[in-house]
Parts: sequence; C-alpha cells; structure tokens
Amino acid sequence: MLYDILSLGVPFSVALLLAALGEMFNQRAGVFNLGCDGIMSLGAFLGFLPPYLLRTSTLFPYANLAGFALAALAGVFLGLVFAVVTVTFRAPQGIAGIGLQMLGWGLAGTIFRHFIGGVTGVEGVAAWPIPVLSRIPYLGGILFDHNPVVYLAMLAVPASWFLLYRTPWGLRVRAVGTHPRAADTMGTSVTRVRYQALMLGGAMAGLGGAYLSLCQAKMFADDLVAGRGFIAVALVYFGRWSPFGILGGALLFSLAQALQLSIQVGGIKFPYEFAVMLPYVMVILVLALARRSRMLGPAALGRPYDREMRV
Amino acid sequence: MGRRFRLLYGGLVVLLATAAALAAATLVLSAIGAKPFATFVVILTGPLHDLFGVTEILVRAVPLILVALGIAISFRSGILNIGAEGQIMIGILSGTAVALAGPGLPRLFLLPLCLLAGALGGALWGGIAGVLRARLDVNEILSTVMLNYIAAQLYTFLLRGPMIDPNELMTGSGTPQSTRLPHNAWLDRIIPGTRLHSGIYLALGLAFLVWFLLWRTTLGFRLRAAGAGSKAARYAGIHVERSLVLAMLMAGGFAGLAGAVEVAGVHHRAIEAISGGYGFAGIVVALFGGLHPAGIVPAAVFFGLLLVGADMTQRSAGVPANMILVLQGVVILAIVSAKMYLRNPYAQDRAFRLLRRMGLVRDARAGEAGELSAGAEP
Repeated sequence: MLYDILSLGVPFSVALLLAALGEMFNQRAGVFNLGCDGIMSLGAFLGFLPPYLLRTSTLFPYANLAGFALAALAGVFLGLVFAVVTVTFRAPQGIAGIGLQMLGWGLAGTIFRHFIGGVTGVEGVAAWPIPVLSRIPYLGGILFDHNPVVYLAMLAVPASWFLLYRTPWGLRVRAVGTHPRAADTMGTSVTRVRYQALMLGGAMAGLGGAYLSLCQAKMFADDLVAGRGFIAVALVYFGRWSPFGILGGALLFSLAQALQLSIQVGGIKFPYEFAVMLPYVMVILVLALARRSRMLGPAALGRPYDREMRV
Repeated sequence: MGRRFRLLYGGLVVLLATAAALAAATLVLSAIGAKPFATFVVILTGPLHDLFGVTEILVRAVPLILVALGIAISFRSGILNIGAEGQIMIGILSGTAVALAGPGLPRLFLLPLCLLAGALGGALWGGIAGVLRARLDVNEILSTVMLNYIAAQLYTFLLRGPMIDPNELMTGSGTPQSTRLPHNAWLDRIIPGTRLHSGIYLALGLAFLVWFLLWRTTLGFRLRAAGAGSKAARYAGIHVERSLVLAMLMAGGFAGLAGAVEVAGVHHRAIEAISGGYGFAGIVVALFGGLHPAGIVPAAVFFGLLLVGADMTQRSAGVPANMILVLQGVVILAIVSAKMYLRNPYAQDRAFRLLRRMGLVRDARAGEAGELSAGAEP
C-alpha cells in the first residue's frame, strides 16, 4: 500500500514541480504570474498535438519530443505576452494573470474542439527503467522505474538551485526581484531580466502541461489541467521560493493525490467529489499556514518597476 | 483636464481593448480556418434578427450585471474577487434548497426568501476568502480560484446525491438536477414566449443602488478609500480589514444572487453547467464597464450579445464557443495594459493635446496650456 502510494506519487509530482520551478523564477524576478495555469493548458494541448497528428507517420518516434518542444515554445510565447503586459505596460499582475489564464485555456479549448473534438488518447511516453538501479527492492520502483521526463524533472531541481544561486544570471534575477532600483543602478536591465525570467518560467509551465497530457493522463481534455497552475503558484509560497522546498511541496501534493486514489481503489466508501476537492482545500490551508514565510519572499514581488518614478 | 477629457480618455481605453480583442480574434479564427469577418458578422448581428434573440441577450445580461456589480465593489475596495463562478453555484444551491423547503409559502415570502438565500450563500462563500485575506493575509485571487474548484465539486456532489430529483432516480435516467421549484418561487416572464424575466428590473435597480452606495454614502467612501490606498485609509481611521471582508461579502452576495435569479427566472431548477462561465465573464464586464454601474450595464448587454452570438457561430460557422474565453482573456490583458500605460502623465498630456487640437476638449485653464500636469487624476 505505502509502496503503491510512493511509486504513484513520484511521477504525479512532475507537472506541479516543473510549473512551480518556473513560477519560482518569475517570482524571484519580482513578477507574480497567475497565468501559469493557462500556459499549462496550452502546453498540454500543444504537447499532445504532434503525437496525435503524426500517429500514422514514420516520424512518430520523434513526435513526443516535438510535442515537448512545441509546448515549451508556446510557454515562451505566452511568457513574452505576460512580460509585455506586466513589465513594459506595468499592468497590475494579479488581474493580468487571470487574463492570461483565460487566454491560454481558451486557445487550447478552441483549437482542440475545432480540430479534434472529443477526448482522444495518445500512446505517450513509455516507462524507461534505469538498468541496475530499478532492480533495488522498493526504492527502485519508487525512484527509478518511470518515464525519462521524471528523471529530468528531478535533475531540474538541483539545476534550478545552481542557476539561481551560483550563476551571474541567477544573482541578477534575485537582485531584480529584491531591489530593482539597486540592480538598475548597478547596470542590470530590470526589464531584460524580468523578460528572460518570464520566458523561462513560461517554458517550464508549458513543459509541465505537456507532461500531463503526454506522460500522466496520456490524453487531452479541455479541463485536463484543472487548476494545477494555481496549485503550482501556491507551492512557490509553500516552498519558500527555493527549489528544494518546492520539490517537497510538490511531493506532498502528489502523495496526497496518490493516497486518495489508492483509498478509492481500496474500496473505502468516500464520495468521489470530496476526494477531488482535497488538493484545493490543501492549497488554502497551506497558504493560510505559510503566512509567516511570506517575509522570506522577494521584496519587490508584484511591484512593477518604473525607472522614472521616485519611491 | 476636465470631466469631458476623462470621459474621452476612458473611452480610449475601451477602444484600444476592443481593437486588441478584434486583432486576436482575427488571428485565432484564421488559424482554425474560419472566415474572421463572416464570423464577426454572425456574432454581432445574428442575435438581433428576431425578438427571441434580443431577449436572450438581456437574459444573459441579467446575471452579468449582477456579478459585475459585485466584482466592481470588490475591485474598488482593493480585493480581487475571481471567485464569482463558485459563489454563483453556492447561490444556486442555497436558493434552490430554500425554495424547495417551503413549497406551501405564499409567493410574497417564498420568492424573496429564495433570492435572499442565494445572496447569503454566495456572501458566505465570498466571505471565506475575505476573512482569510484580512486575518491571515492569504492571497484572495488564489483562494477564490480554489474555492471555485471546491464549489464545483460540491455542486456536482449535491446534484448527484442529496439534492437530486427523486423522479430521476425512479425513472433511472439519473440526470444530475434538482426537483423543479414550486411556481411560487418563479420570477415572472416579461414577454410571453421568451425567457426574459423580471430579474432584469432587479439588476437595474441594484445597479443604481451600487452607484449610490459607492459614491453617495460614507460606507462607500470608506470602501473606495481602502481600495485606493490602504495605508492612507488606515491613517485616516478607516478599518481596512473590515472593509475588505465587507467588500468580499457584498461581491459574493451579488454573485450568489445572480445564481438564485438564474434559477428562479430561467431554469426553475438547479442543473449542471448552469453558471455557464458568468463568473469569469463578469470580471471582464466589470473591467470593460470601467468598474462603474453606468458602464457595467451597457457592457453586460454587449457581452450578452457576444455570448449569444458565440453560441450561434458554434452552430452555423463551426467556431467553438471557447473562442469567447480567448476574447475575454485578450480584453482583460488589453484593458489593464492600456489603463496603466495611459496613466502615465506624459501619455496623458500627449492625448490631451491631441484631443484639444481636434477640438474635442477645451482647455479649462487657458493660461497653462500644454503644461505638464504630473498630478493629474488617472
């Protein structure tokens, strides 16, 4: 039972993890991107599109890769749109994020319904057990018997840490999100760094969406993402803006989801709707409890920077 | 820069947003191989061909007005209510439950009770987010979005289980819907043969009341002050946390009322997918209407037209109705960008000079013509 929960929970965490790591870069640069959910929707759809279109073609082996690439590109594009709106025009980020969410979600739904219509499955990415390691009893099944994207996402955690804390670009991101005026005075272009961070965050949210449709659900439906983008934003608070904290949060959520699934499979009577509700209730609780950690967040989070204004 | 300039200037924002939405729609429509211009013609004129189409526009405008009024109150008070969708559902549930609980009551009591219950349900649901924000500093956008998902699950659970019409269980069809409301809880149909109901009077009356509340009472002033600058408001002795909670209660109440009105006026029972995205469209209507009742009413009629028209294109031109979400998203992004960009004093001054040259505004202060007014009110 515990083994089942753990070995299910690890792959479930990946979509949240990728999107939340991307959102972490956005917020570290001072931009609060609530459109993450819409980017994931579009990513999920565009990731699903190449394998669906190429299902009879000889190019099929590359289709999944093309799907991930397309999803990342779409994420970069939507990140760019959000950057124009919130960085260049300095629009309030909360409401603009909701606009982006509607845009991404609507785009995915419109194109999907027009060209495909009903829920359709794809073959998806196959599991790829790591040779020797996956044979370790218990631990192997939990950690080393998944599709390759899971391993890459786990590697993305230390990679994000390194990028954020050990590279000049990471320093600039943190500076721009903490004290943009100081960064500006030192010759860092606040606008440029925020654009870059939003594009990176968008790409990661797009990849997270594509993971949902290609590796987790292996199909696409209008409401596949179901608010995971918003959960990812909450995870950034929960993880205190650090990659390893976010990994912990993503695992907590996905383990709860796996637990709920195994309770249902186990035949314990529990209304299905309340089980689906659980993660959303958890987000509210997490946000309420993470109140004090907000002090640790980027100081300029949510504040547009205007070089020509005092204050 | 007088009143006339500000009006023209506000019009400019709406114009820019419309242009951006049209451009985006053209792109998307061409991408899916539909003819953009023909689709626009269907959306904008299709519903106007007969009386039924016109009344349908108003039928959709009613919940849009109610939801948007609540959202305008919350936005003006500095708290962003994205949770109207969930509040509508809770309003539907509580309104339906009350109407079904007292079928013998005279109409004079039952109908108001049903609507009041809807408003109370929505207010409670919105109030959760308000209290969380005021007490625990929980971001209200995230909490209201989460409450939407929770309400949606609660809604399906109740309609499939405890509140399902016993007839559905007997016949075995199992459609998730409640029992039909007693006639005493129905709103009158204004024009026979159409679905237009007297809820529209309620919506228009409340639009006036909201204007009165926000701009003619002390409470409204407190709310707007808390929204415009919470630090200054607190210094002036306004209890900011209290006004946040109050604003969310009212916003939720309006959305819940919209749900109850929709049940009592249109469907006469709680069915699945009843809210039909009114909660999200209401945000766009509120922004499009400049967060002011006088703007919200025409904006709601316009979006009612778009919603009915989008349904028509789905049937006639094969353009999915999800298209409307794309438009809403672009309109939001365009409005918030245009507003912010135009708030820039330099841009304002340029616009002012341009309008003056066109003879559209006169300079109130002839001596200071063209002087930069950095402190101009946005």
